[in-house]
Amino acid sequence: MSSKKTTVWSNLDLASIMLYVLLVTAGWFSICGASFEFDSVGWFNPSGRPGSQLIWIGLSFVLIFVILMLDADFFSVFAYFVYAAIILLLIITIFVAPDIKGSRSWLIIGTMRVQPAEFAKFAVALALAKYMSAYGFRLNNFKSYIIALTMIATPIICIIMQKEAGSALMFLAFFLMLYREGMSGYVLLGGISAMTFFVLSLKYADVFFYSTPVGEMLVLAIVQIMTGIIAYSIKPNSLQLKITAGGTLGAYALGVGATMFVEFNFVWIAWGLMLLTAGYLVYLSVKNWVTRYLLILLFMLLSVGFLYSVDYVFDNVLEPHHQTRIKVVLGLEDDPRGVGYNVNQSKIAIGSGGFLGKGFLNGTQTKLKYVPEQATDFIFCTVGEEEGFVGATLVVIAFTILIIRIYILAEKQKNVFARIYGHCVASLFFVHLLVNIGMVVGLTPVIGIPLPFFSYGGSSLWGFTILLFIFLRLDAARKER
Amino acid sequence: MTTNIKYALERRRYVLVAAVIVVAIIFIARLFYLQVVDHEYKAWADSNAFLKKTLYPSRGMIYDRKDRLLVYNQPAYDVMLIMSEIQPFDTLDFCRAVGIARQQFDQRIAEIKDRRLNPGYSAYVPQLFMNQLSAQDYGILQEKLYKFPGFYIQNRTIREYEYPNAALVLGNIGQVNKQDIADDAYYVQGDDSGRSGVERSYESVLRGQKGVEVLLRDARGRIQGKYENGAYDVAPVSGKNLTLALDMELQAFGEQLMSNKVGSIVMIEPATGEILCLVSAPTFDPSILVGRQRGRNHAMLEADPLKPLFDRSVMGTYPPGSTFKPAMGLTLLGEGVITTETHYSCAGGYPPGGGKPKCHGHASPLSIVPALATSCNSFFCWGLREMLDNRRRYPTVQERLDRWRDVMRDMGFGRKLGVDLPNEKSGQIPNSRMYDRMHKGRWASSSIISLAIGQGEVLTTPVQLCNLAATIANKGFFYTPHIVRSIEGTGPDSAYTVRNYTSINRDYYEIVSQGMRGAVTGGTCRGVALPYVDVCGKTGTAQTPFGKDNSIFIGFAPQEQPEVAIAVLVEHGGFGATVAVPIARLMLEKYFKGEITPEHKYHEQYYTNLAIMPRNVI
Repeated sequence: MSSKKTTVWSNLDLASIMLYVLLVTAGWFSICGASFEFDSVGWFNPSGRPGSQLIWIGLSFVLIFVILMLDADFFSVFAYFVYAAIILLLIITIFVAPDIKGSRSWLIIGTMRVQPAEFAKFAVALALAKYMSAYGFRLNNFKSYIIALTMIATPIICIIMQKEAGSALMFLAFFLMLYREGMSGYVLLGGISAMTFFVLSLKYADVFFYSTPVGEMLVLAIVQIMTGIIAYSIKPNSLQLKITAGGTLGAYALGVGATMFVEFNFVWIAWGLMLLTAGYLVYLSVKNWVTRYLLILLFMLLSVGFLYSVDYVFDNVLEPHHQTRIKVVLGLEDDPRGVGYNVNQSKIAIGSGGFLGKGFLNGTQTKLKYVPEQATDFIFCTVGEEEGFVGATLVVIAFTILIIRIYILAEKQKNVFARIYGHCVASLFFVHLLVNIGMVVGLTPVIGIPLPFFSYGGSSLWGFTILLFIFLRLDAARKER
Repeated sequence: MTTNIKYALERRRYVLVAAVIVVAIIFIARLFYLQVVDHEYKAWADSNAFLKKTLYPSRGMIYDRKDRLLVYNQPAYDVMLIMSEIQPFDTLDFCRAVGIARQQFDQRIAEIKDRRLNPGYSAYVPQLFMNQLSAQDYGILQEKLYKFPGFYIQNRTIREYEYPNAALVLGNIGQVNKQDIADDAYYVQGDDSGRSGVERSYESVLRGQKGVEVLLRDARGRIQGKYENGAYDVAPVSGKNLTLALDMELQAFGEQLMSNKVGSIVMIEPATGEILCLVSAPTFDPSILVGRQRGRNHAMLEADPLKPLFDRSVMGTYPPGSTFKPAMGLTLLGEGVITTETHYSCAGGYPPGGGKPKCHGHASPLSIVPALATSCNSFFCWGLREMLDNRRRYPTVQERLDRWRDVMRDMGFGRKLGVDLPNEKSGQIPNSRMYDRMHKGRWASSSIISLAIGQGEVLTTPVQLCNLAATIANKGFFYTPHIVRSIEGTGPDSAYTVRNYTSINRDYYEIVSQGMRGAVTGGTCRGVALPYVDVCGKTGTAQTPFGKDNSIFIGFAPQEQPEVAIAVLVEHGGFGATVAVPIARLMLEKYFKGEITPEHKYHEQYYTNLAIMPRNVI
């Protein structure tokens, strides 16, 4: 027993642990900065935020100790049990949780408040890893997709019913893992393209360059370029590439020349080229008897169809408050006191930090509570304001290194369970980072989710700690064997 | 095949890692743009967090020449409320305490909440509910304030007046308008500034210098403390105190005598140019333009057909009538048109004008001294005719008239004297161009002979007339009349300590003052004579387009080492001797003796009660 104990400690990935300690420490100082007030109760007083966060950090180390003491097989053995327990908890939460700021996601146990959704992340990761690491499992049939997607969708539905759509959205991170495990890249491409086209066509919906609608033109051009790249990647042919590129540029050059005499819509040229491409793709597929070209054509047609249905969907399917939120993020509505207030104030706070920042506890914007949710969802503001560009960049880099480190470790796993679990961990961190910092710097919509290790709150800190350290425990087991 | 797929899938990690790196680069680029490239956010952050609270200095106080306090500051109480702190309370009880009706209360609350009317509204920041509550109302409210959570009292100062007099001299303060803010960066919306009188002309001295306190303000507008413990705060500098040349007792007496009349009394100390009293009638109590009733009362005064806000002493322009004759005489003597020996005949009228202007019975022919004493019209008409029609000095009548005008301007007519009160008028002394226009270039003395007797195109202000008397008293020079004697110990502006000499020899002033002495001893204004001092004077009875003539008197006393010059003008008072002269006598008696002797108490009462109002008003 004693020999095993020493091996766990000596086999742990030191880089990940150091990054963890670094981020948690930086997070605690940011919470001090964000919750500092003139009548502060002191940092170590448990009734204040820094004090209680300190207690949660301390308890996290207890959790880490427990996790590392467990046998590595424990997690795969009990994965379904943990998953079932968490789903049960999520369902109970829907019915018993009180309404806190419109959200019904908090369980109140005595003086403690726990958010089960934070713990669902590692539970789903464990269950997916267990299911997909079964001997002979291949992600290539209907049944396997249905089961995997059901595992992901169940907590999503529960959490949406708790009115925490933002948290639910984070479970889409598992698609990155599914992609790694064999899901078609077209699904991801389709999803990401849809979001990009949606944003572009809305943002530039009413912008005209002479008589050319900019949004429409941009999307059509991107579709054209992507179609070309995909077609090229299937069967590289440099002559074909040169002809296509030359032809496209020539067509636009002719168009520019024509505007000297008559003003017209460049979208016509894009349409013409699009039709030519479509014809050529049909010709290729018939000639080579390859259906992939038809799939490319389908992608192109779906993209164009999507582009022309965005306005309809936006106006008729989305609810007004969703419309405004999206519009504010896209900069279509200037409304600093309304919905855009959070983003605007958060940009002001970060922007006012400058290169080196105002210094610890000197941030006026965060100290004076201009940024809402500044200790939780908008904690990155405090970093930006007090530690400046240097500090904020270091935090982004630290997260990036941690995520990449986990990806690398995951790929090293001989054990499929550990590999899949590792991909889940890295992807979850990645999506949280993407959405949280994106929101704070005004690049993505305002979605209320925490920044791992930084945001104030025990549930989120423990959820991410457990998520990370189960993987580190599994990784340590790799070397043990 | 399986290994191939496995290999292909392993390659996908690069896609994932690349995505992470791309996102990180986008974030860092965005942070660089927000924090390093774009400076706009920094400015926004400052305006977010710093509340620069203005500290208002106390406005300078105003004293009269005998160090009587005239204007000072008094605390007033603004009722403020913080919407978010209001709890249900007895609205009717509150309304009774501040003396408003329930509807007014509801209306006021609605106004406060209306962001169009009140753009800075926040439920967490004190809002002005009612301004300038008097001390009595404040006392009533103070007792009950504990019952009305969310309501607060904020102190401020308002002007308080010790005397109900000199409203137009002292002026009043009011909120600055858009133009003031555009003209002077010192002001912001809601500031007060002097609107009229000394309050306005000495605004920059009285107002002091605003201070600033830099406070930190949170997102809800609540104050969280001082920035850097007040390191960037600036203390306000109090305004300077003014001492006026005005003698408040004399001013009050003048206003009393002018009650129920329209006109003006001006008294100047010739040795300094200090204005001792500056009465414009009708007038009002300056304290009615302070506090909550200011707007209503100001509108009422503006609507008054007698125009009590119009300072007749410096802004009213009147034909001077015969009081212009001393100036005429001086001009004729100075230009060598006449000598003391020059005699003109008078046949109850000016013969070249077919007996017009008419004159009254006196010895004829006569020289300048008796002409002034008896106020002979013909003498000055002959003199002006000689001056304008004699080709010896200048070839054309235009040049001769312009010479006349230059002399008049030297004496302070037809231009602003530079009195330190706003909106002084210049009056009018005609020049040749004016008559060229009127008479198409063909005119001579006969066309404009009424100038000689201060009628026609000549218009003067009462302060200009008094200045003429002061100049004659000084025998040839005057100090620019001014109302402020010193600014917190330092004397008046240097512009008021320079002797302004006219172009006329001192000896001629001697002659004119003899004529004016003669008018008092045996001429038109015997009524002004005082037993203990030699008064010199000149009456005027100026024709007006409608109604009775204006009754005017100018004079000074004593004849040698004069102490005081006076001008009295009563609109539609009739002959100069009937109203203006007795009022001047009472003023002089008050000045020299400090009170009215018992045998003249009757006059004081009579002229105080005498009502001479324009016909269109009565």
